[in-house]
Amino acid sequence: MYRYDEFDHTFMAERVAQFARQVARRMSGEMTEEQFRPLRLMNGLYLQLHAYMLRVNVPYGSLSSAQLRGLAEIARKYDRNYGHFTTRQNIQYNWIKLDEMPALLGDLAKIEMHGIQSSGNCIRNTTSDQYAGASADEIEDPRVYCEIIRQWSTLHPEFSYLPRKFKIAVTGAPKDRAAVALHDIGLRLYHNAEGKAGFEVLVGGGQGRTPVIAKTIRKWLEPEDMLSYLEAILRVYNLWGRRDNKYKARIKILVNATGIDEFRNQVDSEWDKIKDTKLQLDAQEIERIRAYFASPAYETLPDYSAELIAHGEQNTAFKEWLKSNTAAHKITGYLIVNLSLKSPKQPPGDITSEQMLATADLADHYNFGELRVNHRQNLTFTDVRQIDVYELWQKLAALDLATPNIGKVSDIIACPGLDYCALANARSIPIAERIQQRFEDIDRLHDVGELSLNISGCMNACGHHHVGNIGILGVEKKGQEYYQFTLGGSSTEDAALGDRTGPGFSTDEVVNAVDRILNTYIEQRDDIEETFLETYRRVGMAPFKEALYGAN
Amino acid sequence: MALIKDGVEAKDSFVNACHLDTLPASGDIIVSLDQWNDHRDALLARDAQLGVTLKSDQHPDSIADDLQHFALVALEFPAFTDGRAYSYARILRDQYSFAKELRAVGDVLLEQLLYMNRVGINAFDIVGDNDLEQWKVAAADYTVWYQPTNDGRTSIRDLRRG
Repeated sequence: MYRYDEFDHTFMAERVAQFARQVARRMSGEMTEEQFRPLRLMNGLYLQLHAYMLRVNVPYGSLSSAQLRGLAEIARKYDRNYGHFTTRQNIQYNWIKLDEMPALLGDLAKIEMHGIQSSGNCIRNTTSDQYAGASADEIEDPRVYCEIIRQWSTLHPEFSYLPRKFKIAVTGAPKDRAAVALHDIGLRLYHNAEGKAGFEVLVGGGQGRTPVIAKTIRKWLEPEDMLSYLEAILRVYNLWGRRDNKYKARIKILVNATGIDEFRNQVDSEWDKIKDTKLQLDAQEIERIRAYFASPAYETLPDYSAELIAHGEQNTAFKEWLKSNTAAHKITGYLIVNLSLKSPKQPPGDITSEQMLATADLADHYNFGELRVNHRQNLTFTDVRQIDVYELWQKLAALDLATPNIGKVSDIIACPGLDYCALANARSIPIAERIQQRFEDIDRLHDVGELSLNISGCMNACGHHHVGNIGILGVEKKGQEYYQFTLGGSSTEDAALGDRTGPGFSTDEVVNAVDRILNTYIEQRDDIEETFLETYRRVGMAPFKEALYGAN
Repeated sequence: MALIKDGVEAKDSFVNACHLDTLPASGDIIVSLDQWNDHRDALLARDAQLGVTLKSDQHPDSIADDLQHFALVALEFPAFTDGRAYSYARILRDQYSFAKELRAVGDVLLEQLLYMNRVGINAFDIVGDNDLEQWKVAAADYTVWYQPTNDGRTSIRDLRRG
């Protein structure tokens, strides 16, 4: 993985010192809260309902065990002994004191981490595929380009006061685990007919109040041109994006209003002028960064999958976990293992300091000292020897990190909701907990099969409800919380926005409504192989509507 | 009110004439884009330096053919959150090769000095003088930069190559 060199360290030390001075000016009253607000936001510090919340970037989801230990220590020292992983590969701390922030940022800098641009109208943390470098279906490692983008976007002088926030995601596999079509810019790495790697560039995707699937602006972009092309898009957006209404300020609105063809012309005209500048990457620089992401020292191992399956015949819990929580590795004898942060005992994405420390030890022992954070708020060990998998499962189960529900109905994405967030209209976490409790039964969970259920506590859609196969949106009506359902959303390579079912349901009715939707799916599916999304796409809304609201 | 230019406190010879109904007969002045368009000949006939202000919705393309007449271009930030002029500065410096003074006016905050500096803005109109000393040192907050721009600073990528 990437390691800071002397220049990165110098930059971080200067950033920490600068913020310490800014905090001192705020604490002394020299600066008002209004003046301080943009400065703290640029460092990831939000003022929430009860306290300051700090959002720390995990660049493209990649963490070392030492970093995870550092994050655990920060949770212990400055927070209430836990952290929350978000859908954008960040970790959030919910109970931060302002006067402790400089020391906290210093501690973060020691583990090569920060909260820069995790908030504000700037380029946010670049996200990627959690299986990068390991998955059997990968074409090119997206982390190389994520790191180049990370450096380029950090304190970008021209693009730190954009009309609105800006999110970039990169994927290097045909199976899209990074939801690139739901980002302001999505980059898809693939090989052209000559076998050379390059990007398909998507622009103008996003969720929030106006969900839009991104459009292809360029079918082919040479990797060497990546930064100049990104800079051209960002400049057109900075110049022409709306600044009069924050709900119409994202690039998706500009792209839709301009039309993708005209927008492409504007970008190309800007790109022509800056293509042959220092922004141009050369193969040497790309290879220099690539070297940081060299594969770990894989051993030559036999395929052990038959033995794992045999283990499963003895132990149903292991069998179910193996089926849902692991994925194929590109190297024989290895497996990708997902750690579920969706136990019914904890809010989705939450993890205690103790779990972090124990996970760091397991990463050292079983996964070359690294791990990933993924956009579904779980953790991933990308390089586990198959021969170790049974033992690892036992240890994860003891830490309550082996709920066998990855990609299943109880693997819920949820925003913090009204329990923490100042913007929320309704609670998300208690709804997630009740759904998880209802579907604790493993047989039911696996009978329902592959399904994403996403919950947002307001229309800003941090819980990605638009792209959940089942989406739940919390709204407030006459002082009561109501939950509206959408069906058929997807954030993967077949990205789609869900369709609204009809009127919302009260807090007491939500779980039963989910149950009715799932029963309808089971009745309607051709066979157990047909997923919820496939069935929905085949049969449409009618039978689900009938199940939810009765025939009329 | 003070002017910081190229990192030091500087005397401002210009009078802001943007809101004056009649233009001063003599002395260096800064005019609005409308004034420039309306009184072009009269302004060119004056025996003094001329500057023009671009509001945040006035793209530099509108003065592209006239740049040789201006001793400075003032870029207005109506609110610190309005970042359009960062791009204007780069277009003026990089695409139109404007080499004279680029001055930030309006809601210009200390914390933005470095960003502005890096896109080519070399003069800052500071409201109030309390933190003038801090303004002089703010440029030293960072010594390393990831992005290549045309401000003369070496990017980290180039430094790594030695």
